[in-house]
Amino acid sequence: MTVDNTPEPVIDRDLPTPKTEALAAQTPRKRRWSERLPVVSQLRQSVGLQRGMLITGLVITGVFVLVAILAPLIAPYSWAQQSVNGVKFGTQQPPSATNILGTTVSGFDVFSRVIWGSQTALLVILAAIACSIFIGIALGLVSGYFGGWLDRTLVVIADAIYAFPSLLLAIVMSIVISHGQSNLWSGIMATALSITVVFVPQYFRVIRAEVVRVRAEPFVESAKVIGVPTGRILTRHVLRNSTRSLPVVITLNASEALLTLAGLGFLGFGIEATSAAEWGYDLNRAIADVTSGIWWTSIFPGLAIVLVVLGITLVGESLNDLSDPRLRTRRRAGGAA
Amino acid sequence: MAVDVLAADPVATRPKSSGGGLWRYILIRLVLIIPTVLILITLVFFLMRVTGDPITAALGGRLPADQLAQRVHEAGYDRPVLIQYFEYLGNILHGDFGTTITDGQKVTTVLLTYGSATLELAIYALIVAFAVSIPLGLVAAHRRDKWQDASLRIMAILAYATPIFFVGLLLKLVFSVWLGWMPVSGRASTQTELLMSGVSTPTGIYLLDAIRLGNGSAILDVLWHAILPAVALGLLTAGIFLRLIRTNVIGTLGQQYVTSGRSRGVSEYRLVTKHAFRPALIPIITVMGLQIALLLAGAILTETTFEWKGIGFMLSEYLKARDFVAVQGIVVMIALIVAVTNFIVDIVAAMIDPRVRY
Repeated sequence: MTVDNTPEPVIDRDLPTPKTEALAAQTPRKRRWSERLPVVSQLRQSVGLQRGMLITGLVITGVFVLVAILAPLIAPYSWAQQSVNGVKFGTQQPPSATNILGTTVSGFDVFSRVIWGSQTALLVILAAIACSIFIGIALGLVSGYFGGWLDRTLVVIADAIYAFPSLLLAIVMSIVISHGQSNLWSGIMATALSITVVFVPQYFRVIRAEVVRVRAEPFVESAKVIGVPTGRILTRHVLRNSTRSLPVVITLNASEALLTLAGLGFLGFGIEATSAAEWGYDLNRAIADVTSGIWWTSIFPGLAIVLVVLGITLVGESLNDLSDPRLRTRRRAGGAA
Repeated sequence: MAVDVLAADPVATRPKSSGGGLWRYILIRLVLIIPTVLILITLVFFLMRVTGDPITAALGGRLPADQLAQRVHEAGYDRPVLIQYFEYLGNILHGDFGTTITDGQKVTTVLLTYGSATLELAIYALIVAFAVSIPLGLVAAHRRDKWQDASLRIMAILAYATPIFFVGLLLKLVFSVWLGWMPVSGRASTQTELLMSGVSTPTGIYLLDAIRLGNGSAILDVLWHAILPAVALGLLTAGIFLRLIRTNVIGTLGQQYVTSGRSRGVSEYRLVTKHAFRPALIPIITVMGLQIALLLAGAILTETTFEWKGIGFMLSEYLKARDFVAVQGIVVMIALIVAVTNFIVDIVAAMIDPRVRY
């Protein structure tokens, strides 16, 4: 701030000094923030089917988050509880009054595990996205802004990882991090980090592409000329203007994160049944049940995954459509080739 | 070899000989595969070594410490990591992807034995995906923003949102257990498997083997077993293809030559299937090629669900047994397959459309 103010006393130049204070007063920050809030602004400009999809998605996602937060209140039992008041639930029991969705092969309450599973899912999604955004943005910013050999190396590595089956990479990572077995927190962190490695290249690409574009803008150049420190240019001038496609990527990744988590769990690389409830793991244990006609152990965790992924994907899809003017306007055929 | 092609190149790029551009393009793509594969191999190798040697991971706790140390020493895992790394690279260059710890098989043997099953499944799945996505994608593009399009979009999102193993379990539950129409799992019934073992030089692709046997019931049995896994894997892929076809055909439908075709009285059916679909094929093929990675990951989950004994099934078995040499070998081989497939797709796209070339 002090650096910016020092040139002001030099008035003897003929050039008029731009009155930046006046400009700042004309555009109060508060109003702009509410308008620029990612989801709200897009909800406002949506119409018809897109609006329906966006609202449905938001509602499902909202319910999922609520259930995850309120899991201790909703779930009748703990995720690893096999009996109530000293009476065993019994294994593979069909839905009844005590276990409204039946019990699993290990004698756990299906309903409670489905509810608690949402908490695990939410934690993993949040941790995975937080990690991958942080690393992805940092790498993309540095790589895109400075360029050079670092940029080229990172791009080649990111492309190589991007082309690789993400589930396999997540498997390798979960072997590395936890040797495949883990309790609640280390399990969540291991899974989240496994997913992070898969997603970092995506954030890296998106941010880097934007940074390369913004870097050439005149305002970055003028900031350089007046001697703004590089760190400040990166965060203030470049990063602020490079995040417009992030909401779409984040939502689409959130659903993919959940699918990867479930896939890992299904292959037996999730979180152990006694440490936390995880839908993919429950489905893995239900493979044998299906063959003998026991449907309740697989249907409910599976439906939970489908619903949550559907909700998040609907939000992401609609945001994606709304951010693309060719898809946003209805009744007009797609743009030029 | 590379020098030869480069030397021949100037001759080939004379005016009117478009072949040269293609060769040059193929060469560049081929060279670009190397860093991609090398990065993945390096990444996987060092990641797997970070946590210790594979022998301790597989047998730790089951063997006394001194025996374990001896096994580790025999396999050379106590040497510096860099030496092991270059040895590993050298082995891969010679086509040696390692020997599994649990059953002492070469990874390449595992891949040759079970790869055909995965290939067969992938082909069936692709057939299902094309059969579903092409007509539906064209309908969605043609009836854009109408109810058909809306419901198809929702269906495509649903197909994406449903984990492939859940689709598999549902299909099993409904068609195998409740209705009893389909077999629960496996690639063929025991009787057919026995018949198959009698085939000389089996291809491993059961349908081909059954056809060579000339046994009608065996062919039916093999196909019958393939339906549910193929549908499970195919539907996932179909959802992606559908959206891809829709977006691209909407783009070409807006072109002026389509309007002019319409004004000349070309039928709507012909407009969509020929005029709009054909030029939309290039981006479609390119992106479809990139989906091979997704298809392979899906195959792992499908094979586990249906006990379809392919690479994916074996991978999950080795994972359970903590045989990380096998896992590493299979993962690296899949990386190679993906890289080569992407290369082939690029070349096909370049052959279809000369504009793709540099």
